[in-house]
Amino acid sequence: MPDRILSCSAALAEALNEEMTRDPSVFIIGEDIKAHAGIFGQFKGIPENFPDRIIDTPISESAIAGVGLGAALTGLRPVVDLHFSDFVTCCMDELVNQSAKIRFMLGGQVRVPLVVWCPDGAGLRAAAQHSQSLEAWFVHTPGLKVVVPSEPADVKGLIKAAIRDDDPVMFFQHKKLFAKEGPVPRGDYVIELGQAAVKRPGTDATLIGYGSGFYLCREAAQQLSEMDIDTELVDLRTLKPLDMQTVAESIKKTRRAVIVHEACRTGGFGAELAARIQEELFDYLAAPVKRVAARDVPMPFSPPLEDFVLPKVTDVVAAVRGVINRKASLRGGSKSR
Amino acid sequence: MALTKTECIAMYRTMVTIRQFETLAGELFAAGKIPGFIHLSLGQEGSAVGVCSCLRKDDYLTTTHRGHGHMIAKGADLKKMVAELFGKKTGYCKGKGGSMHIADFSLGILGANGVVAGGLPIIAGAGFSIKMRKTDQVAVCFFGDGAANRGPVHEVMNLAAVWKLPIIFVVENNQFASTTPHCDACAVEDISLRAKGYSMPGTTVDGNDLLQVRNAAETAVVRARKGEGPSLIENKTYRIRGHFEGDPQKYRRPEEVETWQKKNDPVARFSLFLTREKMLTEKMEEGIWREVETELSAAVAFADQSPFPEPEEALEDLLSNP
Repeated sequence: MPDRILSCSAALAEALNEEMTRDPSVFIIGEDIKAHAGIFGQFKGIPENFPDRIIDTPISESAIAGVGLGAALTGLRPVVDLHFSDFVTCCMDELVNQSAKIRFMLGGQVRVPLVVWCPDGAGLRAAAQHSQSLEAWFVHTPGLKVVVPSEPADVKGLIKAAIRDDDPVMFFQHKKLFAKEGPVPRGDYVIELGQAAVKRPGTDATLIGYGSGFYLCREAAQQLSEMDIDTELVDLRTLKPLDMQTVAESIKKTRRAVIVHEACRTGGFGAELAARIQEELFDYLAAPVKRVAARDVPMPFSPPLEDFVLPKVTDVVAAVRGVINRKASLRGGSKSR
Repeated sequence: MALTKTECIAMYRTMVTIRQFETLAGELFAAGKIPGFIHLSLGQEGSAVGVCSCLRKDDYLTTTHRGHGHMIAKGADLKKMVAELFGKKTGYCKGKGGSMHIADFSLGILGANGVVAGGLPIIAGAGFSIKMRKTDQVAVCFFGDGAANRGPVHEVMNLAAVWKLPIIFVVENNQFASTTPHCDACAVEDISLRAKGYSMPGTTVDGNDLLQVRNAAETAVVRARKGEGPSLIENKTYRIRGHFEGDPQKYRRPEEVETWQKKNDPVARFSLFLTREKMLTEKMEEGIWREVETELSAAVAFADQSPFPEPEEALEDLLSNP
């Protein structure tokens, strides 16, 4: 067990400092990142330690993402800070049509060691254009890898793996989780992309979460244990490549699955995962796979509205109880989230 | 810098290669040998050769959907080009890219591009990387008059100027964005005027006069290599063929095309110049055209004899570490 506790943002800063020390081709580029070491303080220490390798840009997302791609093609390892993940829409061409496809289109002639770091997620009363969870768009784009860490140790291990990877990686880190603390290993701690983690063993149902969804699952698992329901918790950590093996091993044991994510429900990653589970594990299932996700509306501003739209621990608890008592699940099916 | 006879003849030969390659590509497309669709750069040879003749092998370049000429001018292998157009395994992109994504990374070519203005953000990265790695390479971005009206052009030109990136922006104003005439789509007649808004030098030249293009490009390349920042060159030219092969071209009169072909053909104009300067004889010219024809026949034969990729190869080359 590591002997010290760090926040998610401190874990990120530590990993980036280490990677930039290790490899002089790594640099960070984005809007307003130098003066305050990132708008969330996520790059602490880097402006002092690497003043020439943390680059402020004009507000020009196409150009920023293009600089990332062009630099990745020509010998550097950029980390592009998108400021808010919502602004991916201003550089979708550079990410989806160019970065994701260029290696394939060119028949494998090039490598694209690009990390696009996207602070995402709701809960800050930031309304519809600063609160989204857009990971599913990129899972749906062949050529991109998609990472959504939850705990500080995952942040450190996965950002290091993402930087060292020769393919473009979309790295989503939830804004509201920057202050979340947890044990973080010292030194060169790397988590291979595409490895989920079983963060709580259990027998009655499998909770599958990532990012902020992991914390909903963890809290729900605690409450459920007080009701004598023993859930296993799988934190996916990487959505693409997906660690289906860990998911399958858990479901073969528990025969029940609830998928939890903050992104809105329709067309979310839960839809893909539920489809894979029924295709590959149908015979093991004792109940339909349930999803817990945000309502299908843009994120509203007013606190009671936002709280209503977001998935809650009580929703996760209800979903698990539903799949354990299947009849209850069917009765509440059309209204449940 | 005064050009030697050898340099001039080499440039002429490259122009002839593009002319013959594109003519042949049109014929092969009509004959059903090339799947999909292709965009030819006939009539724009002066721009490609004038600019690329100033470049080194390690200089970067992005091109467009109309990119065959730029590839050839940067030194691409005709065999691999024809094979790629045919969708063959031996093509530059193993049949995964085709005409619109053809590229030779070993020549610094960071891709043709199916998205109008798609190459500009990428060239910003190449320019930034040159600066960060402290080399004296330069990065050239070809784009069209249609692309000039897209948003990323503004972002990239501003960024390149603020950071003094070693980039040469080359807009080939061939008068039409697909079917839309330049005058109906752009608020300025000379796109180079926009350079002023980015505090970079901007110049409009007769893009069908190889030497004018070459002079403008040389000035911009020297400036970029010295670290003095980007430039914008507008090569006024004319697209002899349709936007794509098979384009009904209802947006212009056939006489207009004929006039350009007869009176303002960049290849014929440079040939005339070389003849007047006594660098080129009729016999030499015939020899050049014949040599290129032979080379192209060999390229077509190579592509013809090459196998198609196995269907399952569609799943390869997506990721470095799958």
